[in-house]
Amino acid sequence: MVFYLAKRLSASALILVGVTLVTFCLTFIIPADPVAMIAGRNSTPETREQIREQLGLNQPLPEQYANYVKRLARGDFGISYARKSAVGDLIASRLPATLLLMLGAIIAELLIGLPAGLYAAARRGETGDKVAMTLSFLTVSTPQFVLGLSLLYLFAYRLGWFPLSGYGTLRHLILPAVTLGLAGGGWYSRMMRSSMIEILRQDYIRTARAKGMSEKRVMFVHALRNAILPVIAMIGLDIGIFMSGVVVVENVFGWPGIGQLMWQAIQSLDIPIIMGVTTVAALFIVAGNFLADLTAPLIDPRIRLR
Amino acid sequence: MRFGISSYLATAPAVLAQSHKQGGAAVVTFNNDLTTLDPQVGYDWQNWSVIKSIFDGLMDYKPGTTQLEPDLAESYTISDDGLTYTFKLRDGVKFHNGRAMTPADVKYSLERAVNPATQSPGGGYFSAIEGYDALAGGKATELSGIRIIDNKTISFTLTRPDATFLHLMAINFGYIVPKEEVEKAGSDWGKKPVGTGAFKFVEWVPGQHIVLERNKDYHRQGVPYLDKLTFEFGQDPTVAVLRLKNGEVDIVGDGIPPAQFTEIMADPANKDLIAEGDQLHTGYVTMNVTQPPFDNLKVRQAVNMAINKDRIVRLINNRAVPANQALPPAMPGYNKDNKGYAFDPDGAKKLLAEAGKPQGFTTELYAMNVDPNPRIAQAIQQDLAAVGIKAEIRSLAQAEVIAAGGSGKAPMIWSGGMAWIADFPDPANFYYGILGCAGAVEGGWNWSKYCNKELDGRAENADAMVKADETDKRISEWKNLFDDVLKDAPWAPVFNEKRFTYHSARLGGDPALFTDPIHIPVNYDYIFAKDSQ
Repeated sequence: MVFYLAKRLSASALILVGVTLVTFCLTFIIPADPVAMIAGRNSTPETREQIREQLGLNQPLPEQYANYVKRLARGDFGISYARKSAVGDLIASRLPATLLLMLGAIIAELLIGLPAGLYAAARRGETGDKVAMTLSFLTVSTPQFVLGLSLLYLFAYRLGWFPLSGYGTLRHLILPAVTLGLAGGGWYSRMMRSSMIEILRQDYIRTARAKGMSEKRVMFVHALRNAILPVIAMIGLDIGIFMSGVVVVENVFGWPGIGQLMWQAIQSLDIPIIMGVTTVAALFIVAGNFLADLTAPLIDPRIRLR
Repeated sequence: MRFGISSYLATAPAVLAQSHKQGGAAVVTFNNDLTTLDPQVGYDWQNWSVIKSIFDGLMDYKPGTTQLEPDLAESYTISDDGLTYTFKLRDGVKFHNGRAMTPADVKYSLERAVNPATQSPGGGYFSAIEGYDALAGGKATELSGIRIIDNKTISFTLTRPDATFLHLMAINFGYIVPKEEVEKAGSDWGKKPVGTGAFKFVEWVPGQHIVLERNKDYHRQGVPYLDKLTFEFGQDPTVAVLRLKNGEVDIVGDGIPPAQFTEIMADPANKDLIAEGDQLHTGYVTMNVTQPPFDNLKVRQAVNMAINKDRIVRLINNRAVPANQALPPAMPGYNKDNKGYAFDPDGAKKLLAEAGKPQGFTTELYAMNVDPNPRIAQAIQQDLAAVGIKAEIRSLAQAEVIAAGGSGKAPMIWSGGMAWIADFPDPANFYYGILGCAGAVEGGWNWSKYCNKELDGRAENADAMVKADETDKRISEWKNLFDDVLKDAPWAPVFNEKRFTYHSARLGGDPALFTDPIHIPVNYDYIFAKDSQ
């Protein structure tokens, strides 16, 4: 177990280094010059050269990357080009909003996906099952900005149930969390359905039914407990999916998280922020996958960590 | 100039200042969070006017106009050779932290703008001040041309006469900041601004809002009118319009979304809620004059004649007027008698034939990839195709188009979304960086790479006319210069954007304040809340 943990942790660290390396290279492949953006349209070539030197952008690429990783190891994400303030602080001030949104999305996808899957499994092959599975297919394939704007128009503008955008209360959270979680909900409903159908075929369920136990009791007491575990184990993986979703969803709903910060940084070619947010997002994805791996044997004892 | 308020203010500013009661609040929405409130660093249209409300410079403009007037300076004198400017500072100006402003603060602020450590995008504007090269080059820590004469007087010695110098004392990069606060805040200075301006900074919650409150010690009596000003971020303009209709917000900072423009303008309920004004803007197509086929004047003139500007203006719902020259109509030096190149596809074909390109040619047109620019580029593409020029569109992110322009890689660029809005209302600001030799270098903004030494010389001569009685002569020199630029046709000017500001019924103020040519989008210092009157 200890060996396994050590192996996984070192692999995670390698993945993180890989992510920073790829992002770093990508920001240099873009045919644009961050110095021109910083120096402004009125600058002289001398000023531009000076800024390039100050930022260390005149050094060879491998050296720049080594310096970046060295600083990163100390927890220093650098200084934003456009904002001239520490990227670490910028991310830290926005991370709570993103985590709250992700938590909301996890709750939303479970609240949507688990009952829908349960319902479909109980009505297997009937119209209800088909409707639920068609809907789940739709939610999985709808782009999030379309979904978000539609929800905003219907529930916030036409019906007025929710605020039009912003941050602060539970009512602000609901629409963006549902937008982010709905696709996951569709996905979970399918997993829940197949997991439940498999459990319902098991001998102990047949025995329970043979004993004359009510169908409700069979479903909710005996089958659900076993069917739900493999589904729950997937939550760790969702963190990665959500990390990419927040960029879109935060911008549609004006949610002040790291996705919004990232979007604005991309527009102004603010490379330290782009690098910083990517690294933090990768950290969460790696941690989520790690958690998913760890919980697997708790749910199915046949899985051994080696 | 068609800002109705200008003459009124010029004759009776005190009347305006006393005609409204203070009080009330306004909410302004933006889609993007502000980047910084550091006056020496902030350089986008969004932070530009917020900074103007928190900080002041030695000079300013009469509200709603482009007319210079002293601000933190009480008066100024210019030496006969035009090389020394002496400013007498106004009494009783205090920073928001309570400390009195001194000439040392002026010196510190200007040096901060030029100091390479600040990485100011506007430091280059002060290159005429003696000692600029040493400080900008990192060989000095001070500007030798700035002298503190006494505790109320400061002088600037220039290395060349610069008629735009008073304008430079009115742009954000020259605004006065208190050294102790800048140093105390360190890298957080851009998030905790302390100035002398009409509004005092209260808080900034990243991604959510910025709150300003009325500066009770403001050096101008009776203003600002609003007690509180809130900027809310993360507000898509489409959503912001809905919120304005609900009475939740007062100004849609990003402007009216193109998709809703026709509908909002047609609604009679909005008649008094939309202010319309000119902007010191020209949108143009650059042609790289150093490369064939655009090294041929006739080809450049043909492009000018091939583009149907009226159609492009209709394409963007008439939110602009067709341009006939480089300068916009609201800019001094605009020649209203110069009609430019008329739309004439047959004439264009003839010119192409004379240039030895009767079959036309293939080229590339770069454009920024944000609406409406790709649509405009397509319209230009169609117009060019009609005379035989096949232009392939390169629709890219802003930074990539700027890089392609700066390196001289792009044969043609549609400037929309990037250039050019004047930083200050003077024709010189439309020349050196974008049409002069200084900008025609690697990484410069003269994307045509047009460098005419003779015109550069005439520009410098014009800017050496610094005396008040030479103003008219100077402006007419610039007018002639821009007429000659047009003859050389390094650009095809396409349109001059207009501004439309949508605000709530509870806000009052002259429409010119809501489309202030200097404070974009709105001059927050002089608008008032009707419910507080």
